[in-house]
Amino acid sequence: MLRATSTAPVTKMSDHPDLAKLIFGRLTWDAIPFHEPILLYTFIAVALGGIVTLGAITYFRLWGYLWREWFTSIDHKKIGIMYMVLGLVMLLRGFADAIMMRLQQAVAFGDATGYLPPHHYDQIFTAHGVIMIFFVAMPIVTGLMNYIVPLQIGARDVAFPFLNNFSFWMTTSGAVLVMMSLFVGEFARTGWLAYPPLSGIAASPDVGVDYYIWALQIAGVGTLLSGINLLVTIIKMRAPGMKLMQMPVFTWTALCTNVLIVAAFPVLTAVLALLSLDRYVGTHMFTNELGGNAMMYVNLIWIWGHPEVYILILPMFGVFSEVVSTFSRKRLFGYTSMVYASIVITVLAYLVWLHHFFTMGSGASVNSFFGITTMIISIPTGAKIFNWLFTMYRGRITFELPMMWTVAFMVTFAIGGMTGVLLAVPPADFSLHNSLFLIAHFHNVIIGGVLFGAFAAINFWFPKAFGFKLDPFWGKCSFWLWVVGFYFAFMPLYVLGLMGVTRRLSHFEDPSLQIWFQIAAFGAVLIALGIACMLIQFVVSFRRRESLRDHSGDPWNGRTLEWSTSSPPPDYNFAFTPRVHDADAWWQMKQHDYRRPTNGFLAIHMPKNTGAGIILAGISTVLGFTLIWQMWLLAGLSFAALLAVAIGHTFNYKRDYYIPAEEVARVEAARTELLASHV
Amino acid sequence: MSAVAHESLQFHLETEHHPQNGTLLGFWLYLMSDCLIFACMFAVYGVLGRSYAGGPTGAELFELPLVALNTSLLLLSSITYGFAMLEMHRNRQRATLIWLAMTGLLGAGFIGIELYEFTHLIADGAGPQRSAFLSSFFTLVGTHGLHVSCGIIWLITLMVQVSKKGLIAENKRRLWCLSMFWHFLDVVWIGVFSFVYLMGVLP
Amino acid sequence: MSAHTDIDAIHGDGHEHEHDDGIGHVSLKGYAIGFVLAVILTAIPFWLVMSGGFKNSSTTALVVLGFAAVQIVVHMIYFLHMNTKSEGGWNMLALIFTAVLVLITLSGSIWVMYHLNHNMMPAMMHDMQNLP
Repeated sequence: MLRATSTAPVTKMSDHPDLAKLIFGRLTWDAIPFHEPILLYTFIAVALGGIVTLGAITYFRLWGYLWREWFTSIDHKKIGIMYMVLGLVMLLRGFADAIMMRLQQAVAFGDATGYLPPHHYDQIFTAHGVIMIFFVAMPIVTGLMNYIVPLQIGARDVAFPFLNNFSFWMTTSGAVLVMMSLFVGEFARTGWLAYPPLSGIAASPDVGVDYYIWALQIAGVGTLLSGINLLVTIIKMRAPGMKLMQMPVFTWTALCTNVLIVAAFPVLTAVLALLSLDRYVGTHMFTNELGGNAMMYVNLIWIWGHPEVYILILPMFGVFSEVVSTFSRKRLFGYTSMVYASIVITVLAYLVWLHHFFTMGSGASVNSFFGITTMIISIPTGAKIFNWLFTMYRGRITFELPMMWTVAFMVTFAIGGMTGVLLAVPPADFSLHNSLFLIAHFHNVIIGGVLFGAFAAINFWFPKAFGFKLDPFWGKCSFWLWVVGFYFAFMPLYVLGLMGVTRRLSHFEDPSLQIWFQIAAFGAVLIALGIACMLIQFVVSFRRRESLRDHSGDPWNGRTLEWSTSSPPPDYNFAFTPRVHDADAWWQMKQHDYRRPTNGFLAIHMPKNTGAGIILAGISTVLGFTLIWQMWLLAGLSFAALLAVAIGHTFNYKRDYYIPAEEVARVEAARTELLASHV
Repeated sequence: MSAVAHESLQFHLETEHHPQNGTLLGFWLYLMSDCLIFACMFAVYGVLGRSYAGGPTGAELFELPLVALNTSLLLLSSITYGFAMLEMHRNRQRATLIWLAMTGLLGAGFIGIELYEFTHLIADGAGPQRSAFLSSFFTLVGTHGLHVSCGIIWLITLMVQVSKKGLIAENKRRLWCLSMFWHFLDVVWIGVFSFVYLMGVLP
Repeated sequence: MSAHTDIDAIHGDGHEHEHDDGIGHVSLKGYAIGFVLAVILTAIPFWLVMSGGFKNSSTTALVVLGFAAVQIVVHMIYFLHMNTKSEGGWNMLALIFTAVLVLITLSGSIWVMYHLNHNMMPAMMHDMQNLP
């Protein structure tokens, strides 16, 4: 163990320092941030909120229900919803970080130092980036794919239902570790990719970077497994007749995204493992001495990092494709080109990584190669935009909420794409690198692309998942506040970036810049109201659910198979496996006056719930926490427990059961009655 | 669609649909992702493998006879696993278990020699903290060794499961997955002995 | 369009429930050929390097890498039973895609980092390996 020991003497935890060190490692009372009022109040608020929530769950006797119906569920629909909930909850945390930064930058000029000390500010921008990418965007993307893909391909569940549950809990476990860093110890102060040597043991001896490493490693296991799971699902479990070129576009983009996940996340795992070796063992791969090379870390992490942005955006391209064709009442324009554009993006995603560090100092030939590949990748993306426009052209467009988000996306994303091509020019990048222009650019594509896509998807598929539509009034409030707020918040950053203001600063000297930051802060406030309206939308929709109810299962006159079943779909999704003849399978069924079968039901083979996933992930959380604090005894014990439970689980061979035919008949008869009473 | 198709199209199956089992494909995809972890380790070694920082070089440290012995152990364990698979196909449980045990022993021998090599290097002051070259060397070879160790644990687990439940379909599928894992590690080892050891001793 | 034949073609391989678990065909002959080839392909580069190799060490390195590449293919075919048909070709597709990515990661990293060293510390390139 090479790490410098904690500065605080171990006194309070025990009178035997050696024993205490073995058990508690570096953890002492000093790790609890009593001295930081902001954190203390946050902690008190979170603790009170937590106690109230837990108390309510206990009072209403919901534990059994939650455990049986949700936590141990291997139903892809429930897991999908849990992913979305995780993403939205973490969005609140990530956005809290964002608005704190906007506020700090709006006031910290000249003599005013603002309300956040640099030590705290640095943790906030790191946590904001990490949370937004790994624990907001990723869960939302994975959740959507989990919910929609099996329904779109006419499957009963995913290929590996238990792994699906396990993946979700591992992602949650990573999120829990990040949240713990708020109140026990601290988070990294390194920026969201934790470049060494700053993230090395010499510059960051504290637990912050260790929280970062273990949160991402544990969540990464979940992401990788869910990637493999969905890939196999799409390859093996499509309904009979559904050829590859008849898959719905969202399923196609999900396929591409999962290829990217399986082929990119191992790189992140490897590079974080190397960084932890540097930190824990004292190796010299990314250090400044004994031959190490920190730029190798930057090189490797971007080999993961660039595909990662396509992992986030590709499924949203799928969402927009479904939304545009549904609300234009037209078949998607250029289905084939859409598919090939996705495939080309998937491959090219691996050939552009160096554009994130043009300024590193490689020569002209390297920079021009990666500059050109970056510009090339904008071509398939542009083709997609044209396809959506041509789908809308002469379509009978209805501007429901999902369509509004889609139009906002097309405008916003086009701006973000153009500034991206600008950044792809190496000489331009030399002056814009790490400036607020870059910050504006990637928020422009990630908010304008991924988040707007997520909101389109939530409004589009919510009635499928819950059986009632979301309230349009509060949805529109949220929409306008978000879109207008976005432009107020990020257009000033383009201006500031062009003036040379760099990112991650908590204090400025030049008072002439302040007005731009104040405009940006105003934008952030609008976005905060947008988020509030979205939450109100959920509550109002739930309370008005009877009037928003959809009995048909097909509220938007949809085109793909998920709309052919009831809302919410039964556990088994489809009483009879559909046969597919066309890319718009459900649309074609409607054109042919398809009649639901009302008899001849069979028993359906389904996987059984299991608690193994949540238990394994729980132990992983403990393992991660003990490794962060170097509690070696507990770490060893929890590792042994992890191994034992994992091996023990493989001895369970009875993982399935049959839903009896009578039960299927009963559920389907209820739906027949419902449909008949609401013609 | 033509009017003829209109009449004949069926939109659902009336019998139960059984999709193919995806375990082997899924496991293969996992192996491919593992392959990329190794690719990163190889890339780090490729970049840092000559950064000796004034310390010992590969030519001074590597003992090729030991590596050759290690390589032959791993190669032999691949063929013994192959024999286990042949016996599995003939549904001969006892013979399968014997060949699996042989494979496990050869694997353990491999790990033993690797540990001997590592302790020897560390005792000579050529530990992973000495230089970037040694850091990347220990990381790459150690990651491979860690995989082999996991393979051995898995192998023992499977032997218990085969003795308890017999050569049922699930166990056969698991044995097949482990065989892919085991042979995959052999493929990675080809890269290690060529790229690290053999090329490492060249001037 | 003959929709029915498509369905039957796809549906046909879905019916073989427990039997069709994708486990490939193995034979003693296959393993034996693989093993003999692997031994030869391992022994030659070891012998080459241990006996001193070619005068030019980059030639030796290339030969070693060449043998490694061939041996990897041998292992893939005879031990991992790779072919274009298993799992409907998806195995092979995944393998080729991964091979391309491995190549990009390895050669890309080495190229980029070599260029960096070349540009940022040209004078030191020769002494680099001895830098503390």
